[in-house]
Amino acid sequence: MKKTKVLWLSAIACNGNTHSFLNYPFMEQFLEDFEFIYHPVIDSKYSLEDIVSKEITCDILLIEGAISKEFKRADVSVVKIIEKYSKIVQKIVTVGTCATFGGIFRESGYENTSGLHFDQDKQLKEFQYLRDKTISVSGCPVHPEVLVNTLYAIKKSITLKLDNFLRPKEFYAYTVHNGCTRNEYFEYKVDNHRFGELEGCMFYDHGCQAPFTHGSCNKILWNEVNSKTRAGLSCMGCTEPTFPKRNLFSTKKNMAIPENLPVGVGKRVYLTLAGITKAFKIDRLEKKLIDD
Amino acid sequence: MLKKKENKKELIMQAALELFASKGFYTTTIPDIAASLKMSVGNMYNYFKSKDILAKEIIKYISSYLGNKLREINEQEISTKEKTRKIVEIYFKTASLKPEMIDYFLRIYLSNREVFKDSCEGMICVNEFVTEIMIYFEEGVKCGDLREQDFFSAFGLFMGYLGGMVFLKGENILPKDLNDYIDDIAFNIYKALSAE
Repeated sequence: MKKTKVLWLSAIACNGNTHSFLNYPFMEQFLEDFEFIYHPVIDSKYSLEDIVSKEITCDILLIEGAISKEFKRADVSVVKIIEKYSKIVQKIVTVGTCATFGGIFRESGYENTSGLHFDQDKQLKEFQYLRDKTISVSGCPVHPEVLVNTLYAIKKSITLKLDNFLRPKEFYAYTVHNGCTRNEYFEYKVDNHRFGELEGCMFYDHGCQAPFTHGSCNKILWNEVNSKTRAGLSCMGCTEPTFPKRNLFSTKKNMAIPENLPVGVGKRVYLTLAGITKAFKIDRLEKKLIDD
Repeated sequence: MLKKKENKKELIMQAALELFASKGFYTTTIPDIAASLKMSVGNMYNYFKSKDILAKEIIKYISSYLGNKLREINEQEISTKEKTRKIVEIYFKTASLKPEMIDYFLRIYLSNREVFKDSCEGMICVNEFVTEIMIYFEEGVKCGDLREQDFFSAFGLFMGYLGGMVFLKGENILPKDLNDYIDDIAFNIYKALSAE
């Protein structure tokens, strides 16, 4: 089978998505099906100079990092490189939250830094003509399987249903809360958490954003074994346009009511349920799960 | 048919409320309530299986009545200061027009917790009312009118104050009509909770 040619373009980035991608467990198989015409850390046939000075045949353009006209690779503005390759590729994938929404590097000193189509949740006019070609896989970093499975879907011409931020619903229609091993504690509103421990839900006091963050972290585990919330750290909402927020380890509340409620849950519904569950004390959930 | 049964239940609760207020909770019996409605005792049990169940249904009925009034206030596009006044107003109005309701809450629900221990744990049976108070607080803090603080310190200040005034009224200690206190009390509560 012909290898799909991929260009991995780094814009204003920390290479976090590259590092995450290197943890993909079936890399050999992947590299039999895909070829990087250029990748910042994986050996490739062409150099960055070749990429910017020539027009190399390519099927998919991957963009990592936030975008600004001012930012150059091999002395050429990344915007120019994107313009050139976007014309010849079948699909563009914005890899990670910076390339999608601006993310952490939106705070960089470069002028008008943003994602390819979005500045946080604001849709941009620039590159609008490329929207139909683009798929966003947000995350800081993106989960390697989410990226790779998206690339295979493109290779096999499978149409992925996308949400309003162009993210495949297959991976982003769920919330990170889905599949969290702490759901019992969430249901009965028991926080009592200490970072790193197995017990307690971190939504009520410890800033966990999982109930309103779209992603598959608790369905497709990291390194095939774990997730932030399973390990005892709150979800930081890294797949969302609002990332990064401040005070990640405390829940913003207004007179005891969390400012951000689970997606789609109205305030009255939330409070009614909260009132009922708070009235009960479930002894099992107040104690250590494994206490020898 | 269901609607008719619901209406009848409401009539029974209203009659029970009045009897509890005048005769006291423990001395009022199911036959007393049946008699006041010219119903047979057997028929009464078709609606409420026991006095304890009736007692719990009544507190939910009151909570729902006040909750709905508060919800109407919460849904208005007015300042937190105006909402505060309207809540005080509706509470005192209810205490004047339906004194048995507030009386039941203060003298029976709060004073006979053993009756309400099963299935009325915590604030379950007054949920609708408490939810609206929470929303009033939350929206007040969010728009910057009210100071962020623990829910119960604010709730206690608000409801304790109103309950205390109605209690004084019930004891015939207040020299003036409850309505004459609305302005001052709304001012005091808002000032105590305000962010300034």
